[in-house]
Amino acid sequence: MGNLDRRSLLKCMAWAGTGVLWTVTGGVPRAAGLIGSAEAAAGSGALSFVQISDSHIGFAKEANPDTAGTLRDALAKIDAMANRPDFVVHTGDVTHLAKPAEFDLAQQILGGLKAGPIHFVPGEHDVLDDSPGALFRERFAKGTRGAGWYSFDQGGVHFVALVNVVDLQAGGFGYLGADQLAWLADDLKSRGASTPIVVLAHMPLWTVSAEWGWGTSDAEQALALLRRFGSVTVLNGHIHQVMQKVEGNVSFNTAMSTAFPQPAPGTAASPGPMKVGADRLRQVLGIRRVTVTIPATVTDLPLGGAS
Amino acid sequence: MISIVRIALAAGLVALAPLGARAAETATITIDNFTFGPATLTVAKGTTVVWLNRDDSPHRVASTTQSFKSPVLDSDEKYSWTFTTPGSFAYFCTMHPHMTGKVVVTE
Repeated sequence: MGNLDRRSLLKCMAWAGTGVLWTVTGGVPRAAGLIGSAEAAAGSGALSFVQISDSHIGFAKEANPDTAGTLRDALAKIDAMANRPDFVVHTGDVTHLAKPAEFDLAQQILGGLKAGPIHFVPGEHDVLDDSPGALFRERFAKGTRGAGWYSFDQGGVHFVALVNVVDLQAGGFGYLGADQLAWLADDLKSRGASTPIVVLAHMPLWTVSAEWGWGTSDAEQALALLRRFGSVTVLNGHIHQVMQKVEGNVSFNTAMSTAFPQPAPGTAASPGPMKVGADRLRQVLGIRRVTVTIPATVTDLPLGGAS
Repeated sequence: MISIVRIALAAGLVALAPLGARAAETATITIDNFTFGPATLTVAKGTTVVWLNRDDSPHRVASTTQSFKSPVLDSDEKYSWTFTTPGSFAYFCTMHPHMTGKVVVTE
């Protein structure tokens, strides 16, 4: 596709994941360049944030004996960015076993981030306490509804943070539940279809692998509420690797972990932690930068005159 | 609720102890690669079933009716439940609910 002509974009949403900038035009992602040029292309004034995920503080097995260290490395990478992001989102599994000491350590490490606030959604590892998710919410999701869902607006973008890791049903996948879906319908109903939407949830909102349970049983009901919007970006964690899919105006994206990688579906006997060796570990852990350029830039060119 | 389950479990074990002469039957279900094995286990009434997690990931066993629920089982940790009534008891992993299994208890 050659060089990307920013002026021609009607709607531009870009995210840099594994070092490549992706630009979404009309819902279709296109690779545009490396991270350096991504930061330059983002320009000033664009909303920019970073997604981190699956820190698993407390995990210390062979796949990564130092999950605190790799989380600190992730935060250092964010704070070292030339264009500091407006905020950070964490898409769950902050801790490994939801123990108070794990939450305390995670809170201490994450508190060291200089760039902006962090918005959280829990993973299934964060809701193992007797009152599922209470320890998580009191630290990372105060004032939220239900199991910890909420929304906020920033830079003209509407962010929806969903919880699909509680009250899971036997034989199913992730689960949003009727109460949350009713709240989502109410939350979205007054928004114009041109409002860009970013959805955060731990487990993928599309079925990446039925065999490994990588999906959300009632995701379709949420997507039915989201399809009328012109630009929907879904950011998930859980599977510790980058996967992307586009359906109409909805792009689905899973992120790397800051703790350990997991295998691609069908390439291993189980989805458990993948051991890659200390020398390779940081190549398969990472963060994702998301840049939202709103509104569109349009330039009208008369047929006559200088080009 | 978990504390109630634990109390119920403890009470069950205490009740069995006086039998002394007759060793309680046990059977083991292992968790390997996010799978319960065997998927269906048939045991006699009074058998204590032990779930053993051999994965690198934690799991948590619960009856689909919540009649029993384990604490989180990290690698190599076990959970026991004694089945005192006949019937078919479906269970799953509350963290990875696509993982399902069944214990069939006979007279």
